[in-house]
Amino acid sequence: MTLIETIIPRIPIGKWIDSGIDWIKANLDALLDVVSDGGTALYDALTWLLLAPHPLIMVAIFSLLSWVFRSWRLAVGVALAFLFIISMNQWTGAMQTLSLVVIATLTAVVIAIPLGIWAAKSDTVSAILRPILDLMQTMPAFVYLIPAVTFFSIGVVPGLFSTIIFALPPGVRLTELGIRQVDSETVEAGQSFGATGWEILRGIELPLALKSIMAGVNQVIMLALSMAVIAGMVGADGLGKEVVSALATVNIAKGAEAGLAIVFLAIFLDRFTSALGSPADNSSSLLALWKKRAEQRNRVATAA
Amino acid sequence: MSAIQASHVYKVFGRRPEAGVQQLERGASRAELRDRGLTAAVIDASFDVEPGEIFVVMGLSGSGKSTLIRMVNGLLPMTAGEMTIHGHELSGLSASELRRVRRENVSMVFQHFALLPHRTVGENVAYGLEIQGMNRSDREAKAAEALAMVDLDGWGGYKPGELSGGMQQRVGLARALASGTDILLMDEAFSALDPLIRRGMQDQLIDLQSKLDKTILFITHDLNEAMRLGDRIAMMRDGRIEQIGTAEDILNDPASNYVARFVADVDRTRVLTAGSIAEPPYAVLGAEQGPQAAHKLLREHQPSWLLVVGRDRTPKGFVWEDDVAQAVRSGQRELPYSAVHEMHTVAEDTPINELFELSAQHLAPLVVVDGQGRVSGVVPRVTLLAAAAQANGVDVPDETAIEEDQQQMEAETA
Repeated sequence: MTLIETIIPRIPIGKWIDSGIDWIKANLDALLDVVSDGGTALYDALTWLLLAPHPLIMVAIFSLLSWVFRSWRLAVGVALAFLFIISMNQWTGAMQTLSLVVIATLTAVVIAIPLGIWAAKSDTVSAILRPILDLMQTMPAFVYLIPAVTFFSIGVVPGLFSTIIFALPPGVRLTELGIRQVDSETVEAGQSFGATGWEILRGIELPLALKSIMAGVNQVIMLALSMAVIAGMVGADGLGKEVVSALATVNIAKGAEAGLAIVFLAIFLDRFTSALGSPADNSSSLLALWKKRAEQRNRVATAA
Repeated sequence: MSAIQASHVYKVFGRRPEAGVQQLERGASRAELRDRGLTAAVIDASFDVEPGEIFVVMGLSGSGKSTLIRMVNGLLPMTAGEMTIHGHELSGLSASELRRVRRENVSMVFQHFALLPHRTVGENVAYGLEIQGMNRSDREAKAAEALAMVDLDGWGGYKPGELSGGMQQRVGLARALASGTDILLMDEAFSALDPLIRRGMQDQLIDLQSKLDKTILFITHDLNEAMRLGDRIAMMRDGRIEQIGTAEDILNDPASNYVARFVADVDRTRVLTAGSIAEPPYAVLGAEQGPQAAHKLLREHQPSWLLVVGRDRTPKGFVWEDDVAQAVRSGQRELPYSAVHEMHTVAEDTPINELFELSAQHLAPLVVVDGQGRVSGVVPRVTLLAAAAQANGVDVPDETAIEEDQQQMEAETA
């Protein structure tokens, strides 16, 4: 026995975690099955929705949404990029990946925003959450795949599971930051007029933290997209699977095309969601133009 | 019943603040508490604010005035003491009872306006009413009314960010007025505005107060602002209230060296009023008397003029010794009212800085009258100059200096 082994005993942390996972698998199997079936059903439904219409109609819809929320320039760019994806024959994979990202993001946001609010209100919660979030973010993403496969076997659900864990932290952090940054005098103003905690959260804190929260959602989406590729390794359909199979067969052409499709999807998601967070910055969006017109009508009405 | 009544209110921040209060009661100083890791923000504060009064709490930063105002609507709980709003004790109220007091009795105006940037001006003004649960059309009507009160009609559709600082604070004021509470807390409300706008806001507040008759607790670090607005002023230092009184009480009779040093820089000519410097008119003649009586009085007291006063104590005019002598010689029966030096009356609350020009135009003393137009005193030029000299920190040496001043002033006006 060497000196180091006598001073520092071997702590079998890996084994403990392994038996913990085994315990969950053995005792919560029914719950895991429900999650697995539910996740698959949701994914199938959304994928069907995205793939059922003709691809050109979908391109038109994405393009129009870009114009409504950001600008005609993004609309043109999105149309060109998505037509390019169709011409590379990656449309199906792209929509499957989009579906995975959307479901993972929505789930992550539903968990992250309440956690972020709680952390902003309580220093204790914040102090406990911080190291956990650090761990979730820095643990190599592949590591999540192992228990995910144990729980849900091969398919889209283990991909979703590991994507959600990996993408969650920035949503929590930026929600907490956004709410903590709201001017304390403004919150006091709410209190001084007799508003309840819920009224202050809904009417003052959340609207004023919106920009920060949406930056968090944007980060969640980008992380989810990067994880979606890794999810291809455990059998989730989509562009990730294409990349993995291209790697296995050393098919440069296929790898490059799938990779480019991911890049276009990423740019669309990034620009589009960042526009959602700060509508005021996008003065040339259709939404801004409508709002401006409505405001002018209002002013004329009040002045009269 | 007082609108706000605070008695022996303490606020100590830190761990185990109650122990800090006990130490303070036993005579420990603020510094001693700081050594134990406690911050004594407010120490043994007691005051009453009467309905319809503007009560100003004046102190430098760190004097505890912002903490004090936040205990009046329970934004900060008191560590010890009693605070009542219209006789209802605040401490011991549940969270929802406290919110009801804030909705119905006390509203607040903030230093940095604290408007909600994502709502329009109109929606901001209606905020308190929305919290009260009023329906949309009623609160929009009330908000428009409140905006009109602060001269912002027609701005309801704009966002606060599109307005200047002064306008934003008027929105803050309108928001507090719209909620319909009778008590208004104003926390350094005008301090973030530049001096010219600040002055305008003070005027507007005084004007509004004369119409609305709210109870206002106003916090400021600006002594001139305190003197201009306050019916009464509480001077705060290091968490304690050093003195409570009217502006004149504090100027003329400072309770401590601190207050005295503080008020040393104040431009007294704006604060002192005609009423406070007026002298009792010793040379007074009844209006029904004739020149003979006037002559007798002039001979006895040796003044150069007499103030003629009617039975209802309203001033009728001045008679000068030369004119009286002339009238007696010519056997005239009527009092020879002076045509050249006609009489000028001023109200008791006229600041003395407005008296100089009048005094220069009229050789006769200014006559100070009360609200019913009755004589309450006179301000001869000498008195005015002495008051002004004292106000600016100059000791008045003797009569000759004043005479010289007077001559110089006459030379300048001529």
